[in-house]
Amino acid sequence: MKLLRLFSRPRSAPAARERLQVLLAHERASNAGDSDLLGKLRDEILRAISKHMQIDDDKVSVRMERGAQVSTLAVDIEVPFDVGKKAA
Amino acid sequence: MGKVIVVTSGKGGVGKTTSSAALGAALAQGGDKVVVVDFDVGLRNLDLVMGAERRVVYDLVNVIQGEAKLTQALIRDKRVETLYLLPASQTRDKENLTAKGVEAVIGALKVNFDWVICDSPAGIESGATLAMRHADIAIVVTNPEVSSVRDSDRIIGLLDSKTVKAENGEHMEKHLLLTRYDPARAERGDMLKVDDVLEILSIPLLGIIPESMDVLRASNIGSPVTLADQGSAPAVAYFDAVRRLKGEALPVSVPGEKRGFFGKFFGRKAA
Repeated sequence: MKLLRLFSRPRSAPAARERLQVLLAHERASNAGDSDLLGKLRDEILRAISKHMQIDDDKVSVRMERGAQVSTLAVDIEVPFDVGKKAA
Repeated sequence: MGKVIVVTSGKGGVGKTTSSAALGAALAQGGDKVVVVDFDVGLRNLDLVMGAERRVVYDLVNVIQGEAKLTQALIRDKRVETLYLLPASQTRDKENLTAKGVEAVIGALKVNFDWVICDSPAGIESGATLAMRHADIAIVVTNPEVSSVRDSDRIIGLLDSKTVKAENGEHMEKHLLLTRYDPARAERGDMLKVDDVLEILSIPLLGIIPESMDVLRASNIGSPVTLADQGSAPAVAYFDAVRRLKGEALPVSVPGEKRGFFGKFFGRKAA
């Protein structure tokens, strides 16, 4: 039973290696001074938006997914209808 | 109001992060709403063990410094929807973890979650004392090995003096989680016995987690062991520990220990 489980499962070391490579590539880039692009984009997008409207923190959701080839950044903002009146 | 648990040990490498992830996942798998908080500022690893390392947007220090809302920093697990992670900061100094800030964050989490699990850094510095400060329950992770037992004793002393509960003269609930237990070495008599550790530390036993390849495999693929392989020996041991944590009087069995018919009925008494 236990042996069967051992043989039927895919090896996990390749997954560990791949995860570490992606993570460390991103961490080394951000430690080298130039903060990671994704983080920079996130901050600048939020700053740009806050110029035009008061951002309600609870209405903003930011999601990131760092990948080997491609990373994704999703900024989800609820823009109120009367945005003009609220402009800071 | 949720319960705050600190997973602590003093010594590094004994299995605090593994246990925080496994216990948190096990509680969430049972339907409870759980958040696991990484207090190891500068050396975070809970995100990696839980497989969320690519999705960290904000962290505990961002929240404390007011740069992000708590809800924005929480990462929801992709497998168990009632399981959340609050990552530690990887780049900031530990000094950014302020007592006031931690109090506010824990207070807010308690309102929204059934369990707040604080994964303490090793050592007895501010990171470790802040992680334990607001705990209702402490889980002391110990290996059956002399230096680990000594450090656990030191941590128990801190739990009884430096926590809010202790300062208010209340009893701090403490449990021992014995990890990396090797039945083969125990059989040969080359490992501290469970009873020896219990006698020295004299806190109730929450569970014994066997040394296992399954734990390494789980961390390789970025999954708490209770999610990676629910039927594996360490996963079963963590599920049992969670049942005891919730008040069930489940006897603790020593991994690999042969037990006869009567032994099954008159097993070791649980916490």
